[in-house]
Amino acid sequence: MGIIRTKDLVYEYVRRDEEGNVEGFTTAVDKVDLDVQPGEFIAILGHNGSGKSTLAKHINAILSPTEGSVWVDGMDTSQEEHIWDIRQRAGMVFQNPDNQIIGQVVEEDVGFGPENMGVPTKEIWERVEESLKAVGMYEYRRHSPNKLSGGQKQRVSIAGVLAMHPKCIVLDEPTAMLDPKGRREVIRAVRALNQVEGITVVLITHYMEETIHADRVFVMDSGRIAMEGTPRQVFSQVERLQELRLDVPQVTLLAHELRKKGIGLPEGILTVEELADALAGSR
Amino acid sequence: MSIILDHVSYIYGEDGPLAVKALDDVSLQIPDGQFVGIIGHTGSGKSTLVQHMNGLLKATSGHIYFNGEDIYDRDFPMKKLRSRVGLVFQYPEHQLFEIDVFSDVCFGPKNLGMDKKEAELKAFDALRKVGMPMELYYQSPFELSGGQKRRAAIAGVLAMAPEVLILDEPTAGLDPKGREEILQQIKELQAQTGMTILLVSHSMEDVAEYVDRIVVMNKGKVMYDGAPKEVFAHYKELEEVGLAAPQVTYILHALKDRGFDVDVNATTTAEAVDTVLHALGRAPEAFRP
Repeated sequence: MGIIRTKDLVYEYVRRDEEGNVEGFTTAVDKVDLDVQPGEFIAILGHNGSGKSTLAKHINAILSPTEGSVWVDGMDTSQEEHIWDIRQRAGMVFQNPDNQIIGQVVEEDVGFGPENMGVPTKEIWERVEESLKAVGMYEYRRHSPNKLSGGQKQRVSIAGVLAMHPKCIVLDEPTAMLDPKGRREVIRAVRALNQVEGITVVLITHYMEETIHADRVFVMDSGRIAMEGTPRQVFSQVERLQELRLDVPQVTLLAHELRKKGIGLPEGILTVEELADALAGSR
Repeated sequence: MSIILDHVSYIYGEDGPLAVKALDDVSLQIPDGQFVGIIGHTGSGKSTLVQHMNGLLKATSGHIYFNGEDIYDRDFPMKKLRSRVGLVFQYPEHQLFEIDVFSDVCFGPKNLGMDKKEAELKAFDALRKVGMPMELYYQSPFELSGGQKRRAAIAGVLAMAPEVLILDEPTAGLDPKGREEILQQIKELQAQTGMTILLVSHSMEDVAEYVDRIVVMNKGKVMYDGAPKEVFAHYKELEEVGLAAPQVTYILHALKDRGFDVDVNATTTAEAVDTVLHALGRAPEAFRP
């Protein structure tokens, strides 16, 4: 059984008017079945309001299903007694790093999670060190988080989650507020966690090019999973993605447009090198 | 009629021990009707720069001229400047507060002292310009989608009838379609009204697609200033300062390295299609994505 599994997951919001009377229900997640294997890197795409963040919040028990079930590492998230274990196994990183950093010094911030879990002091220091090294921020351990760039702050947030020794990490648009360099740094750190440390990654993003290294990509629409497959399978369907208010990496779009003009290229080209090689081969 | 920055410097915490030079001797001229993109990594000074243009921050040294008048003159009407240079902040939807979209957009012009009728006409006009569907005018702004909230917030600034519109990362956090819709709307607005527009952005692809001119900020200085093609020709230097070029730039350089006769200065998908077809010996056709 997968490390993250959902079965017939439904989540409804109650809409209320200004007096607090119930106006109706909105189904944010609608019968989603998901099965993520340990060590997998999955990406979730979808337009604003498609339900992807709501789905993610179920994975570390911030939200509890209206119907259906969610299991994290075999534990049912709707059972109160599992909540703290679940949050330790499935860490979450949010969009705005400024809302997640509380310490005055980087290493203190990273140590907060394990300290809160009651980890012995000596082990906390070991965990802080290894976590900061894993995201490439060890040399900044004595710095004030205020002075760091957005990408550095976000990597400190990730180290903070890592220090709790999670089995999986859910990142909800971690690069939305970053500049290109910050985005690259964060994505590189996330891939390293997945490949080197073997941590399961669930990455939610609006940047298509960040998902090309994922094992599987899920596209959500109206609370349901509308598309699923490897990045190549998903990004081969340029028109379908555009209907879902998404796009494809610019290199994939260029290849698609050239194909429409009759140039013999395969669908689903994902990288600059692939396109250059394919064109060189077609000559 | 233009904005001129003449040797403008700005130091945060000037007298304290932690003084930081956020703008360092910046000179720029923004003529009327130009669509300018401002790029730079976080902390490069781009937000500080645009906040000078509507007088929110006062330069430590140097002068700023708006339509030929020095804005730091004692009798310069600073309050008027704020209505003539409209600034849309990052995540502007956090500033929506009224009970419905229409009242929210009316707030700015009313605050400027317009009477009710005039303010309402301005609000109506602004909502039309940002493409807000009419059935949403009397909805609570909090019930709108992300892209629509952003439109409502931009309309709130437009209703004050500014001559210059500055948008600080107007597409952050929106899905790709939402990004395209907002930028397309801004482009149309500029074409229709001839308004000067400054777009602060982290997305090189977006900037390449829409603007006439790019100003690159780095460490408080202007690093490059020119047409997108000229600026992105320095893609290696841009990378060194935490930026990048649009992905097509990398593709075209990779093709050039493999012996294709492509124009590496193409910066949009459409231009790249044309130059690649040309290099493959195919007649480029008119391509519109």
